[in-house]
Amino acid sequence: MILLYLNSLFRLYTMSRRKFISQIIQPASVQEAPPPPPGGGLTPYAGSWTTDQVIHLLKRTQFGVRPEDVKYFATRTFLQSISELLNPSTPSPNPPVKDYVPASTVAKPDTNIAAGTTWVNDLNADGGLDGNRVLSFQKWWIGNMINQDRSIKEKMILFWHNHFATEADTIGNPIYIYRHHQVLRTNALGNFKALTRAVTLDPGMLVYLNGQYNTLTAPDENYGRELQELFCCGKGTGSKYTEDDVKAAARVLTGWRINATTATSYFDITRHDKNAKKFSAFYNNTTIAGRTTATAGELELDEMLNMIFATSETSKYICRRLYRWFIYYDIDATVEATIIAPLANLFVQNNYEILPVLEALLKSEHFFNSLAVGCQIKSPIDLVVGLCREFTIAFPPASDYATNYGHFNYLFNWASNMQQRIGDPPDVSGWKAYYQEPQFYEVWINSDTLPRRNQFTDTMIVTGYTLNGFLMKIDGAEWVKKMSNPADPNKLISDITYLILRIDISAASKQQLKRDILLGGQSDDHYWTDAWNLYISTPGNTTNTNTVKNRLRDLLKYLMNLPEYQLC
Amino acid sequence: MKRRSFLQKTLPAGVLLPSLLNGFSFRAFGMSSPELSSLLLPATETDHVLVIVQLNGGNDGLNMVVPIENFSNYVNARSNIYIPDDKVIPLNGKAGLHPAMTGLGNLYEDGQLKVIHSVGYPQPNFSHFRATDIWMSASDSATVVNSGWAGRYLNYEYPNFPNGYPNASMTDPLAIQIGSVTSLTFQGAAVSMGMSISSATNFYNLVNGVTDPAPNTPAGKELSYIRVVAQQTQQYATAIKAAAAKVTKQVTYPSSNSLADQLKIVARLIAGGLKTRVYMVNYGGFDTHSVQVNSNDTTTGTHATLLKNVSSAIKAFQDDLRMLGADERVVGMTFSEFGRRIKSNGSTGTDHGSAAPCFLFGKQVMGGVLGDTPIIPSNATVNDNLPFQYDFRSVYATLLSKWLCVEDRDLQQIMLKNFQQLPLINGVACKKPVDLSGEQLISNYPNPFSSSTVITFKTAGGHTLIQVMDTSGRVVANLTDKEYAPGTYTVAFNSGFMPSGVYYARLQNMAIQQVRPMLKVR
Repeated sequence: MILLYLNSLFRLYTMSRRKFISQIIQPASVQEAPPPPPGGGLTPYAGSWTTDQVIHLLKRTQFGVRPEDVKYFATRTFLQSISELLNPSTPSPNPPVKDYVPASTVAKPDTNIAAGTTWVNDLNADGGLDGNRVLSFQKWWIGNMINQDRSIKEKMILFWHNHFATEADTIGNPIYIYRHHQVLRTNALGNFKALTRAVTLDPGMLVYLNGQYNTLTAPDENYGRELQELFCCGKGTGSKYTEDDVKAAARVLTGWRINATTATSYFDITRHDKNAKKFSAFYNNTTIAGRTTATAGELELDEMLNMIFATSETSKYICRRLYRWFIYYDIDATVEATIIAPLANLFVQNNYEILPVLEALLKSEHFFNSLAVGCQIKSPIDLVVGLCREFTIAFPPASDYATNYGHFNYLFNWASNMQQRIGDPPDVSGWKAYYQEPQFYEVWINSDTLPRRNQFTDTMIVTGYTLNGFLMKIDGAEWVKKMSNPADPNKLISDITYLILRIDISAASKQQLKRDILLGGQSDDHYWTDAWNLYISTPGNTTNTNTVKNRLRDLLKYLMNLPEYQLC
Repeated sequence: MKRRSFLQKTLPAGVLLPSLLNGFSFRAFGMSSPELSSLLLPATETDHVLVIVQLNGGNDGLNMVVPIENFSNYVNARSNIYIPDDKVIPLNGKAGLHPAMTGLGNLYEDGQLKVIHSVGYPQPNFSHFRATDIWMSASDSATVVNSGWAGRYLNYEYPNFPNGYPNASMTDPLAIQIGSVTSLTFQGAAVSMGMSISSATNFYNLVNGVTDPAPNTPAGKELSYIRVVAQQTQQYATAIKAAAAKVTKQVTYPSSNSLADQLKIVARLIAGGLKTRVYMVNYGGFDTHSVQVNSNDTTTGTHATLLKNVSSAIKAFQDDLRMLGADERVVGMTFSEFGRRIKSNGSTGTDHGSAAPCFLFGKQVMGGVLGDTPIIPSNATVNDNLPFQYDFRSVYATLLSKWLCVEDRDLQQIMLKNFQQLPLINGVACKKPVDLSGEQLISNYPNPFSSSTVITFKTAGGHTLIQVMDTSGRVVANLTDKEYAPGTYTVAFNSGFMPSGVYYARLQNMAIQQVRPMLKVR
């Protein structure tokens, strides 16, 4: 713990920018004996494949669960479903577009780019455009998550963004930021070693962790340190790299620079340290010979990655990260032995291919253990994007990029206010929810963010957000048509809670909600049934339609205000 | 830690907290601003409290207030369920209370109960949902109004709510309802002005600092954590706990009576000093289509039990308020969405009807009976209904004017029309300092206006939308919808050929919204 604290202090001074976190009240984690962790090992799950399992699987691998996706996967087998989630079929999204008008103060505005077309190939380096373009990128990313296909890809992209955390505010250059994101996107389900290599040489990362200034005469240890501490080895008990290893790694990485004209990185041998680099016993006392050719940078990097990836820590570290992303944060000795260790072996056996590991984890008994259900606190993105998806909120056609980007911006701001600003995590460690002991996910919820979460869900069901005359809002009456029998108030409430809550509320609570809300205080179910049937047969009856819509609004608002709704 | 039972018989206590704030999460809106440090006052200063008792289901007024004056026709129409005239509690010699309502009989004797005959409205609606909405919104029968009459009143008193609340002059909820949701009654033009306490159990859990148990699982652990934060987050929860703590002794309320349970909480909060102006409680089961009475003794049965509980709950409430020294400050009223048919049906019940009596109770109420005993046709048919004598909106208008001290010139904006006032409340002095409360982000001038008015709004920058809605919530104009630099701006609203009446100007500036009522006159 002390080490951890020192480490974060260290970062506080080394990182270029710190966000001010206002005074918030955060109670200590509820103190009691820890609950038992999920049981079961990596043995493939052989239990039943019902909507229970479908919903759990989708809550963890996607943002929110759309009713139509539950139906879709329920008609496929377990194995087909896992396979489809792991193998995205849709092409990469079109790049972000120009949705801004450059300020009049911009010296070199990008008048060559038409509104609504992409800016990502325009290398105009005028810093006056940065703010506009970075925001365009962030809105675009929100849109990608909302429009995700039936695959795990978007959740993995966010995983890698949290893992190889970089801040747009620090990098500044929107082209670098976009290309860095594309590295994560392209490799999200590929090979972890290849991804690490690509990130190491990526201009955005060379800016963010000062690699571009790491030279023979003035070595900068920033990237060499995080490569081991945060990206590959971690700080587990078995991770025993030394301060000298940090220095040696920095020396291996000397000489990489950025060509600002092409926005690409290149190796400059004149700035490279050509001496041998000696590593500690943790790395088997490896020595990486100094090289003098133009390919020295890549050759030495590959040799160093081989060395790092030959330790058993890298695979374990990444598997723990994946565990905390997809299952729960508490990794006790049993989980370490029955899940992390075998998963790590699998990772090594498959040469650090990511898919076999994800497949084993998602197919496991452990993943579907009842104790693994509902124990994640939704991240702000999970809440915000998940809400739009699970209530299938309608957006304008893609051609209306201006309105779409405006709506995405609104959602982006909400998630940012709840402390998750995509593209701008708090620091190179990523979001605290995935590493800060002992609270982990609970970091997301405090006296400032919980009311914002409630306010967000209230807004999305009560008034929505209007831009360019287009209203973004949950249409409760339309949405409940997807339930099995909306005319039956009992079935309706249980269908909704089943879909949106992973910890159920009691039957008595449901009865009270039915009576107070759907029946307006009456006791006969037919009052709701009649109103619903009349709404379906005669939607033009505005009085009745109003009644139905208002009751559904109140019901959904109530359910989303439950603490249970914050779990997934 | 012992393993705890999970599912409770009540709504989870954690529910209480966010749903306490049934409208919007006030705390998040409660941004600090220089305005908050100044002394802020509502439009009128009064410590008067209104308690609304909703009787869900359509209460049978004719068996509650029996028309002794027209007794034979009444017996004729209701041969299987009528209340014998020698059993009723006499009122003014022309009508009598159901014999189960001894408590209200006592209040009547003490001059603290007003019985208003035949309260209703033109073209009555017989659907529970719609009729309830009409009573709560105070709309015409054929007009859908999306806000509640008390919500509009509170919006008038606290015009900028929820921006800048709670604040120095209003630390407490504007309105409190016991139940899962705040009803339409408390709905303002855009946000709910009230909060709800989902159940009596949850109220005591809050006061006693208890949260619902959660299972000893990873999910249960996270749930408990969120519930703890939820409890800590609620500023109003603190105010409620503080008020409750000031009252340590109350009279004995009848047991197994959910209305009594609710009123007991209300008395405690009022006497504990909450500045909350309006409370709403409700009691259901009045939809007595069948077996409303026991055939062998029509003074007993389902309806008699309901009335007995209403009567004993209100009586205990009044006794409690007197004991706590708060009875000068409180007036209550009962209502139900409709009365029941004059003629009983074949299953010793009654079907949906129209006008019915309302009760007003409290020390400041002018006791007695208002209106004529309902006339019962000699051969009532199945479709006969009582015509109304008093529009229910006259009762509301009187309460607003004579009890909650609303200026007559402002009544129309709240009630949407002019209604005659009734002799219901003793003369009470109203102090009327006028100031603004909260942070005003949108206003208009002139108001009232005849054709056009200029709307002034303050934006924190970024995308800002100004739209005008009618009372049904329909958007009738989008005045601006674009990016702004922070500052104060104006837009004109030209109402053209729109009908006269109340309109609402709504500001949407990212997460912030605020609504301003505007009155168009000819």
